[in-house]
Amino acid sequence: MARKQPAKGPFNLDLSLERNKGALIAILYDIQEHYRYLPEDVLKELAQKIGKPLIEIYRVATFYKLFSLKQRGRHQLKVCTGTACHVRGSERLVEEISKSLCVCRGETSADGEYSLDTVNCLGACALGPLVEVDGEYHGNTTPQSLKTILEKLKSGENKE
Amino acid sequence: MVTFVLNGLEISVEKGTTILEAARFYGIGIPTLCYNEALSPYGACRLCLVEIGVPPRSRLVTSCTYEATEGLVVRTHSERVVKTRQMLIEMYLATCPSSKVIQDLASKHHVTRVRFRQKQEECILCGLCVRMCEEQMQAGAIGYTGRGDSRRISTFFDKKSEDCRFCGGCQYICPACQARCQGPQEKEAVCNACLNLAPPCLEHFDHVMCYMDPCVACEEKSGREPRKTCCK
Repeated sequence: MARKQPAKGPFNLDLSLERNKGALIAILYDIQEHYRYLPEDVLKELAQKIGKPLIEIYRVATFYKLFSLKQRGRHQLKVCTGTACHVRGSERLVEEISKSLCVCRGETSADGEYSLDTVNCLGACALGPLVEVDGEYHGNTTPQSLKTILEKLKSGENKE
Repeated sequence: MVTFVLNGLEISVEKGTTILEAARFYGIGIPTLCYNEALSPYGACRLCLVEIGVPPRSRLVTSCTYEATEGLVVRTHSERVVKTRQMLIEMYLATCPSSKVIQDLASKHHVTRVRFRQKQEECILCGLCVRMCEEQMQAGAIGYTGRGDSRRISTFFDKKSEDCRFCGGCQYICPACQARCQGPQEKEAVCNACLNLAPPCLEHFDHVMCYMDPCVACEEKSGREPRKTCCK
C-alpha cells in the first residue's frame, strides 16, 4: 500500500488490462492508484476497450467506497469510526484533523494535499481509536499523539 | 421434462422452466411487479414469492427466478405467501403511493391500510428500466449507482448519456411512472377506489374508468352485459 509517491508518467491502460485480464475492479484500482481518483475520460476509454457500457463501470465505481470520482489529496487520512474506535473517542480525532489540516470529512483540502475520510472499520479494533495515514496504521491514537503524527506529515511534506 | 406438484396438482414442464412460467401456463395467477416476459428475470420486487417444500421445512422463493425441479412441492397461495405479499404491497404503498400499478395491486390483494411512515418516492428500484435499456434497446444508458439507501438509477456521471436514443422505453415500462387515477381519494396513501362497490369513477369520468380487471360494480350499476374490461 505504498501510495505516498504520486505516480509519474502517463497511465498505461493497456498494460493494466493485460495484467488484470480484464477484471474491472482490479483495473479501476490501478487507475485510482495512478491518478488518486477515477477520471471521467479514463473511464470512457476503459469502457471502449473492454466493450462494456459506461454505466456498468460507473455502477461499480460508485458501489465501492474505495473508489473516488473526485480528486483526492496527496496524503490520505482515514479515521475509523467503527464501534470500538467510536467509544474511545475517534470523533474528537476527526475534529482535530479537520481543524489542523483545514479539511472537512469526506473532502480534500483546498491545496490538494490532504483528504480526510471516515471509515466504518479498519479491522484492528483492539488498537482503537485508529488513524490511517497514507496506508500506515496508527493505533491507540490520542489527541496528543495525533499532533505528532500530523506534524510529521506536515514537515515531511515541506522537505520534499 | 420435469414433474412437480403445483398447488396439489401434479404437472410436468420442460426442463429450465421457472415456477412462474409454469404457473402462468396452467392459469394460476402470481402477481409480479419487476417481471416482464421480454426481459431477464430479476427477483427484485419479491411479489412473485411462492412457498416451496412441505412445512415446517418450507421456504419462500421468488418464482420468477426459481426453476422447477423434479418432485418439488410448490404452493402459490398459501397463508404464508398471501400474508407476505400483502405486507410487501403495503410497504410499496408506503414508498410510492403515486403509482397506479401499486395501487391496483393493493386493491387486488385487499391491502387497505398502510402502517408505515409515508414516503413519496419516485422509484422503487425494480430495475425494469435498466433491463429494458440494456436488453431490448441495446443502449445501456441507465443503470444503478451507489449502494444501500443511496442506491438509485442514473446515467454515467449523472450527465446526459451519449448512449441514450430517447426511445422512451424506460418510461414506458416504469411502474412508478404510471400516475394513479386522479380519484377523489388522491391524497390518501391507499386509493382502493376499485374495491368500492359503487366506484366513484363513474360520476367523475364519463369516458374513462379504472383500467383494472372487471370490477363487477360498474356492470351492476350500468345494468349492461358484463364486459371483459370495464374500462375504455
